[in-house]
Amino acid sequence: MLTFLGLTALLIKIGLVVGISQGAVAYLIYVERKIAAYAQDRIGPNRCGREFGVPLGLIQPLADGAKMILKEDVIPKYVHKPTFILAPMIAIVTATIGFAVVPFGPVGAGAPRLGADWPVQFQIAPGVDIGIVYILAIGSLAVYAVVLAGWSSNNKYSFLGGLRSSAQLISYEIPMGLSILGIVLLAKSLDLNTIIEWQDRHGWGIFWQPVGFLIFLVSAFAETNRLPFDLPESEQELVGGFHTEYSAMKFGMFFLGEYLHVITVSFLTVILFFGGWDLPFVLSADQTSWISAIFKVIVMMSKVSLMIVFIMWIRWTLPRFRYDTLMNLAWKSLLPLGLLNLTITAVAAQMILGG
Amino acid sequence: MRLDDPCIKKLEPPKLNVFERTYLPQILDGLAVTGRHILGVLRGESITIEYPEQPHRPSPNYRGVHRLNKDEQGRVKCVACMLCATACPVHCIDIIGATAPENWSDREKYPESFVIDELRCIFCGMCEEACPVDAVELTSFYDLTGLSREEMIFDKTKLLSVYDLTKEAEPSRMGNLTTF
Repeated sequence: MLTFLGLTALLIKIGLVVGISQGAVAYLIYVERKIAAYAQDRIGPNRCGREFGVPLGLIQPLADGAKMILKEDVIPKYVHKPTFILAPMIAIVTATIGFAVVPFGPVGAGAPRLGADWPVQFQIAPGVDIGIVYILAIGSLAVYAVVLAGWSSNNKYSFLGGLRSSAQLISYEIPMGLSILGIVLLAKSLDLNTIIEWQDRHGWGIFWQPVGFLIFLVSAFAETNRLPFDLPESEQELVGGFHTEYSAMKFGMFFLGEYLHVITVSFLTVILFFGGWDLPFVLSADQTSWISAIFKVIVMMSKVSLMIVFIMWIRWTLPRFRYDTLMNLAWKSLLPLGLLNLTITAVAAQMILGG
Repeated sequence: MRLDDPCIKKLEPPKLNVFERTYLPQILDGLAVTGRHILGVLRGESITIEYPEQPHRPSPNYRGVHRLNKDEQGRVKCVACMLCATACPVHCIDIIGATAPENWSDREKYPESFVIDELRCIFCGMCEEACPVDAVELTSFYDLTGLSREEMIFDKTKLLSVYDLTKEAEPSRMGNLTTF
């Protein structure tokens, strides 16, 4: 039962998670611009805030946000207004509610306690047994934002963007699901926290499922709509694709949604394949002290940050796929590979590791 | 050329083995390249400069604002021969010549007024090439700004003052011409 105290704690947690993730998104844009600049031998944003003594242009995200809010919000006459307004909302809502089941630190038996019998769970909804299914379901909802935006804009570029996005996301969801099933079979659970604890005892998922990791990584890139899979928006041929007609904060919400998606995908990769908060020989599920809990959160966040940097690094390394090669990759390579990996994992889990 | 011409060399793309066909080694190569660049900038090897604080130095043959050179006696070198005005493809040079003073024994004419419309100029450097006495030259001043169109029409005084500003840093190129 939800007590008043429990409800307050829950609201505090939600506030913290939403606040931190939105703030992180603002700075991710800054980090992305910096990495882009470095990859091209430039310096990147370093001016903003110099008058106030802020180094390295660190208040650039604030200026960007202010710009987004203050710009004129144009709604063209020919769009389908309700869906046009609904689309960015879906983008940001689906990207945010995915965090509900993501564990940020120790959860369950390993959680630290306040007083004698009040465990502090580092997860908004700690009791969800089907965490992965929930995240996948929410992730596939995100495609509606792109499709609705593309369709309601009543514009050929946007429409093509939406069309591409729907085909791409439907194609890549299958290999993604298959790649996750391997680790789920091994850990015998759909609960993200149980999967972390299994990896804590048996070793990280990437060593058990290298092929699964590869398939997951590729499909995760496709799911986030980022380079080399950003065909829905491809600036060169579709002038922005699904968000061609969007301006001001509506565009900002798509932007925010994309980066929140990057964070979610990074969390998922770290949780499924890099042991979550686990650090071999140092941290284990048996430690329940506050110091270990804080340390676990720090380890988790560092891994996620590295993953995000890797995603950005990939973005500035690889060019965009052509559309037919994109479909070939999903249906002719990743899907058979995923099925093979799943079969082998299932047989091995049954025969060798013993049911 | 016919398709079966023996001179045509047909190139086949290199055969990739199974591992290479996954494109993973190529992706890793690419990551190494961008990674090198990222680390290079972190070590301070960026190719950009921080402009207003760190002035940009153009190459010595950069074509910027014009100057009118002076000779050793501080007189304007120009002899008002109109070659630059004739060579100018956009007609931005306007010279009014006059008979030189009695005591200027080396020339017959001098420019009473010498005006260059810097807004019309395309900085092609043909005036500099045409000048027989190396009087008009292009300097490496590139930050040419003004608040009105009139301000950007440079007269003789202004062009001579550009020479005073730049004569230390950029000696007249007269001596170099023969060495080419």
